[in-house]
Amino acid sequence: MLTFLTRRLIASILVLLAASYVVYLLSANSGDPLEDLRTSTARNKEQLIQQRIHLLNLDIPAPLRYFIWLGGVLKVFIGQFDLGKSRSGQAVTDMLASAVGVTVQLLITSTLLAIIFGILIGITTALRQYSGYDYTVTTLSFLFFSLPSFFVAVILKQYVGIGFNNFLQSPVIPWWVILILALLAGGIWQGILGGDAKKRLITVAVAGGATAAVLTFVTLTGWLNNPSLGIVVVGILGVGLAFLVAALTAGLANRKSLYTGLTVVAIGLAIYYPFNLISDYLTIWSVLGLGALAVVVGVVVGYLWGGTDRGISARTGGITAFLVAFLIAIDRFMRSWSNYANSDIINGRPIGTVGAGTPNLSDVTSNFWIEGLDNFTHLLLPTISVMLISLAAYSRYSRASLLDVLNQDYIRTARAKGVSERAVVMRHAFRNALIPITTIVAFDFGGLVGGAIITEIIFAWSGMGKLFNDALHLVDVNPLMGFFLVTGSVAVLFNLLADLSYTALDPRIRVAV
Amino acid sequence: MTIPLSPQPPLRDDAQDADRDTLTDDTVLDDAIGERNENAIELKEIEGMSQGRIVVRRFLRHRGAMVSAILLLILVILAFSSEGIEALGLHIPGWWKYSYTFIGNVTNGGHPTLSVIPEWLGGAGIRWGEHPFGQDEIGHDTFAQVMRGTQQSLMIVFVVGVVSTFIGIVVGAASGFFRGAVDTILMRLTDVFIIIPLLVLTAVLGRTYGNSGSFVLAIVLGLASWTGLARLVRGDVLGLREREFVDAARVAGASNSRIMFVHILPNAIGVVIVNATLLMSATILTEAAIGFLGFGVQAPDVSLGKLIYDFQTAFTVRPWLFWWPGVMIVIIALTINFIGDGLRDAFDPRQKRALNRAARLAKAEARAKARVTASS
Repeated sequence: MLTFLTRRLIASILVLLAASYVVYLLSANSGDPLEDLRTSTARNKEQLIQQRIHLLNLDIPAPLRYFIWLGGVLKVFIGQFDLGKSRSGQAVTDMLASAVGVTVQLLITSTLLAIIFGILIGITTALRQYSGYDYTVTTLSFLFFSLPSFFVAVILKQYVGIGFNNFLQSPVIPWWVILILALLAGGIWQGILGGDAKKRLITVAVAGGATAAVLTFVTLTGWLNNPSLGIVVVGILGVGLAFLVAALTAGLANRKSLYTGLTVVAIGLAIYYPFNLISDYLTIWSVLGLGALAVVVGVVVGYLWGGTDRGISARTGGITAFLVAFLIAIDRFMRSWSNYANSDIINGRPIGTVGAGTPNLSDVTSNFWIEGLDNFTHLLLPTISVMLISLAAYSRYSRASLLDVLNQDYIRTARAKGVSERAVVMRHAFRNALIPITTIVAFDFGGLVGGAIITEIIFAWSGMGKLFNDALHLVDVNPLMGFFLVTGSVAVLFNLLADLSYTALDPRIRVAV
Repeated sequence: MTIPLSPQPPLRDDAQDADRDTLTDDTVLDDAIGERNENAIELKEIEGMSQGRIVVRRFLRHRGAMVSAILLLILVILAFSSEGIEALGLHIPGWWKYSYTFIGNVTNGGHPTLSVIPEWLGGAGIRWGEHPFGQDEIGHDTFAQVMRGTQQSLMIVFVVGVVSTFIGIVVGAASGFFRGAVDTILMRLTDVFIIIPLLVLTAVLGRTYGNSGSFVLAIVLGLASWTGLARLVRGDVLGLREREFVDAARVAGASNSRIMFVHILPNAIGVVIVNATLLMSATILTEAAIGFLGFGVQAPDVSLGKLIYDFQTAFTVRPWLFWWPGVMIVIIALTINFIGDGLRDAFDPRQKRALNRAARLAKAEARAKARVTASS
């Protein structure tokens, strides 16, 4: 395995090198880097031109200049990473350092969310093939697939971002909106759950009623301006999640799994108050550490419940623990919301449409939860806009791929043996359906980068997208190459991850050592 | 066994390995009894028709694809007839009174005069008006500009489709057919281009060639977007060349080129057509994206992407300048996507149409009857 990965890595790096040569040549020839100086009226024009030629080595032809750049990159092995300088004399490594964080955050969040939601939607549509729900989702995904990213971003910024901020000034949801949303929720749920007419009606009534009740509660108590879940809601949701996770991973017939989940929820509720007491002193690393600890506790609980299926119970425990910890963290974030939204610096307009974070926020507070919220409000719309387009594609792929698998003979065999529908879908079909999706996700990364460039420019982020755009407009090759190096390396990384997940998903795939 | 670098066509992965034998009798025999009865009905319907006829027939019956095809045709006719054609020194004027370079006085703040709500519903009546899509701040007629932009964008889409399909077929077929060193070299070359994000590659090329006119730009974009198709064609050819009919042709003394053009490529045509269509719908979005960044078609010419680039800051003051070209892009991309979907369904022999309620009941009944017959 290691040999294989090393070989793949070396091959990828060679490809990356060749691609960087292509990009270097193309971008160096894409325009005249001295254009602004040639037409300038400055008295020391000649001197300025000479200065820039000297700074960027423009007197060396591009095919050779590349090797100067490459030499700088290779210096990484002696600990001096050097990506050259931009036109203004700034080191590209410094420019990248400030730009890379937000963009990678945007890319990874939207990829992960697109994968999760895309697969969820794909599975539900495949299981309810040719239903009204399936047709609606298919039509919608075609629409999203045909939307240019700038279109989505501009609409989100104008109507969702600014519109929601205006709405927050007096957050009262009119009754007819509640009615429409309730009917919509009922419609979606009956589409997903299916069944005969009576069951569908009950589903519509329950889901619609619950939605209406929650929305009425939200509008009556002004929850949006001062949100929190509280220990009761965390408990109810936690128990619901425990049942769901147990039903999906082990089946409700496996009692030990279910008890594991419920025990984990109980532990979560027990530490709810202690956690909130210490939460103000936490940093990002301690929060992540606590999350990891929660998973470990969940696994241990599952193991202690024991029985013959220790492994399965441990898995259920781990997943449930992670979700419960997540709920508690969300609740904690919500408690900081009114502090955040009503602070002088935000002034009641929390959804950010400009920049990747509120400037000067770190001068005011260093509270992890406040900073997290700020990050969230600024990431929200760009992430949705980058995600939507890939989401449409992924849901189509996973639908097709799951349908393909469900029509295989071994699925018919499994059903004929009397295996429960849950086990057929989750154990026999789902895993195999994931294999082709993995390829798509790795392959699609380049498209995602394109979407991110456009989205960043619309939301005025000073990230990699702006770096690339500015560099290309000015024919500034070094920052552009820095951009390509980062995105290219991440793409190589994604491909390697895809290779790894093949072996994890399909035991038949064994790598020649 | 090594890990497959399986090539994936956009959107759905069951087109490429489409088993072209499902329509023959012996596969049907293997199927369950109920299925046999249904397939018998389906086979009856297409008895004696050539593969091509079957595909055309399936496509014509795909409602979404047909509606989209008609809509796209109307759009093409509208765009080319209203602004006329300007190419190769040829100039045929269109029926619309303003050209896209016309600059007039801004009337009524440039608001669109198009109205579709009749007076008895409280609207301004159904009328076309002087400037149906409005005007920008210096007095260009937006309708003329959008129509010219649509022309240019459609032309770019078409040229990119042709160029990249051609290169994709050549590279893919050569590397799948000859395998060995040719395959390695061509596929590594493909890898090199695939790892460069498409927007980055096209934006850099657009920065270089945007000034040389939209046709040159289209060709250059075509040179950049063939990689996905090449991989797909290679995958298909790799499978086809191992089939018996290729062996038969070789034994009969057919040359490489004859096997390639007469035996293999016609069988891969489904994958090619479907993915070329999807590539074209992706191209309109790519053109719009690089236009939005300012690297696409350059002034004085316009394309839909360029219009949006020019007017992106006008969104709060003159939203129609943003909406019209944006909606055009969405319509073109959506219709091409639906046509691609219809083509894929038409080329995929395993495709079974969603049945309406009556047909579903009839099918269930037929299956029950078949079961009774089988058990007796």
